[in-house]
Amino acid sequence: MKKNERGMTIIVKTVSRLVARIMLLFGLYVVLHGQVTHGGGFAGGVVMALVFILILMAFGKDGALKSFSRSAAVITAGIGLILLVIIALIGYVRGHFFANFLGPGWPFEFWSAGVIPFLNVAIGLVVLGCLYGIIVALTHFHSELHPEGHKQ
Amino acid sequence: MTEKLFPLFVAIPLAGAFLIALLGWKKKGLPEIVGALIPCGLFAYSIKALLFTFKNGIAVHHLGGWLPPVGILIGADGLTTFMLVIVHGVAACVALYATDYIKKYTSPWIFYVLFLVILAGMNGVLTTCDFFNLFVFMEIASLAACTLVAFGTERHELEAGFKYGVMNTIGALFILLGIALLYGYTSELNMADISNILASKGPSRLVTLATIFFLVGFGLKAALVPFHAWLPDAHPSAPAPISALLSGLIIKSLGIYSLFRILVCVIGMTPLLTNILLFMGALSMGTGAVLAMGQKDFKRLLAYSSLSQVGYIVFGLALGTPLGILGGLFHMFNHSVGKSLLFLTAGSVEYTTGTRNLDEMGGLSRRLPVTGSASLAGAMSISGIPPFGGFFSKLIIIFAAVQAGHVGYAIWAVAAGILTLFYLMKAMRQAFQGPLLEKWKMVQEVPWRMRVSMITLAFICLTGGLLLLPQLKGLFLNQASKVLLNGAMYSSTWGGFKP
Amino acid sequence: MILYMFCFLLFSIGLYGVMRKRNVIKIITGIIICEYAANLFFILIGYRMGGRAPILSHETVMENMVDPLPQAVVLTTIVIGLATTIVLVALAVRLYEKYGTFDITKIEELKG
Repeated sequence: MKKNERGMTIIVKTVSRLVARIMLLFGLYVVLHGQVTHGGGFAGGVVMALVFILILMAFGKDGALKSFSRSAAVITAGIGLILLVIIALIGYVRGHFFANFLGPGWPFEFWSAGVIPFLNVAIGLVVLGCLYGIIVALTHFHSELHPEGHKQ
Repeated sequence: MTEKLFPLFVAIPLAGAFLIALLGWKKKGLPEIVGALIPCGLFAYSIKALLFTFKNGIAVHHLGGWLPPVGILIGADGLTTFMLVIVHGVAACVALYATDYIKKYTSPWIFYVLFLVILAGMNGVLTTCDFFNLFVFMEIASLAACTLVAFGTERHELEAGFKYGVMNTIGALFILLGIALLYGYTSELNMADISNILASKGPSRLVTLATIFFLVGFGLKAALVPFHAWLPDAHPSAPAPISALLSGLIIKSLGIYSLFRILVCVIGMTPLLTNILLFMGALSMGTGAVLAMGQKDFKRLLAYSSLSQVGYIVFGLALGTPLGILGGLFHMFNHSVGKSLLFLTAGSVEYTTGTRNLDEMGGLSRRLPVTGSASLAGAMSISGIPPFGGFFSKLIIIFAAVQAGHVGYAIWAVAAGILTLFYLMKAMRQAFQGPLLEKWKMVQEVPWRMRVSMITLAFICLTGGLLLLPQLKGLFLNQASKVLLNGAMYSSTWGGFKP
Repeated sequence: MILYMFCFLLFSIGLYGVMRKRNVIKIITGIIICEYAANLFFILIGYRMGGRAPILSHETVMENMVDPLPQAVVLTTIVIGLATTIVLVALAVRLYEKYGTFDITKIEELKG
């Protein structure tokens, strides 16, 4: 292994390179189908965050930050939160806070829950940004404590 | 139209916090403007809400338009709007103060995000009618507060933050267990419905166990004496605006308000419970006053003083007589304003001189005239000197204790009051009177926004006694005390929403 | 009944960990155990013998389902627990950075 190369072995790197996009797709699926399957914003958001945490583990912190920077994580979480409040406030203008202003749709179909898919997307963004940001922040502490620990 | 107002008390601070989280770290000045404007705007709203509940009694909003057996309610009665006015009045002054104070820390936008999240959590606790929402909002507020206690990230701040976090989580888990027991017994989470079912089913051992869990959990949140260990560490270690918020508002809305809302309005008081609360209140009074005597750290002394004053509030409210509840609520108001003011002035002294040790201060009122006189006003209000509000509230509590036949407790309260006067005046003399030390010759008075907020709070301290005038008393104090006095009426006034 | 008692036993084990252990990480572990005990208790309250998952689909009949409300509540509680744990762990890391130890008796500087 080269001296300044970070992260784990080539096997882990190759596998995670292959798997990452599929995992991201699965996370998106879980988020978007939250209203008809068992899942939703939180579960899908965790899956999507795990993709970037996998990259962080396989390629080291720099590799992960290249694909998803810290400020991007903050902005992702912020957009999700703002979206959540906006949806709630649109419902508020229509009569009740968090009111479902889109109507019920067709049961067991994709459009079956009115505003809930949008809430799921918002929560998914929040969880993705927050969880990834937290792990990055904690590894930041770690690399401050053990500056030589990353050079393996 | 006005009953639609109440969800906004949670939504607007949260929206502001999210806006700052999204944009604040880039745009300079935006966090300060948003963070100061939101509490001021909500203060105006809370006055409107107070007038509304005075006219109509209660206000209910159905979240998402779902009716009660399924849906979650947000609502308010006289006690809620009373607390909302206190919370936003003090929070507005604190936010104005913080705009200058927080400049000495790095990344002030994080401070404003967490400040607004605390505000949203407190408003949620105050306006919710649902047990589980109460728990969630309480955890939101305490986690944000825990992070803000450790905001300085120095040794003591971190230690105090860790202690606060551990104790508060344990308290919250006790509350969760209590909620689970009540849910198992009644299959409901709505407070009014639970109150109805408990009244019809009669007493049970499960409810007693749940009551004990609530007592421990909210006792930890309100820092009543056997559970007070976190308070004297956490309150001094936080930045001064957060100390003011913690001491003035958080222990009251998360601890005392929730405790009495649940015990009086939902479960119902029993004589044994009254005696336990009276004893805990009296114990807090004495312990806090005695421990405050020997303190050298200005903010730590104030934290112990908070412990003692919380004892007064709980004692007054637990008496259960009209006079006692009136005194307890009035003391809650006076202590919120006065103790926030004292913490802010302690913060001003730390801001200008960089020390909290009382022995190193002296004669500071010559260099810091506004801080000195504001601090004196706060100390006189807390310790109960006649023209100030605190005198009347303590007097009412002591009269109520005598009237209810607890003469021993009344004497104890008077003794604790004398101790309060002694230690606060000693601190004032050490800090602001006497000869000016050489090293403080160059000290400058604090910036104008800090001065304005301190003067405002001092003015409220001075004129607080006017709230006992018959015209204002009916509007502000009486409608709150009516709720606690007719606790058993809670379910019937809030019920009837079932379709 | 005995299951509920075990929940309280688990809660007491967590409390013991919080009160008696000296290591910061072990205290956090104690809090996590307490949380799990409370969650388990809440879930068990909504459970019904031989019940099925409360999920509506085309062919299911609405009978003998477990109570879905505690499950929704516990999901929220788990997320809150996650947030609490993260805050405490971050504080513990910073504490280690400042003091160089996880021993709470050596960290204790605030007294009196």
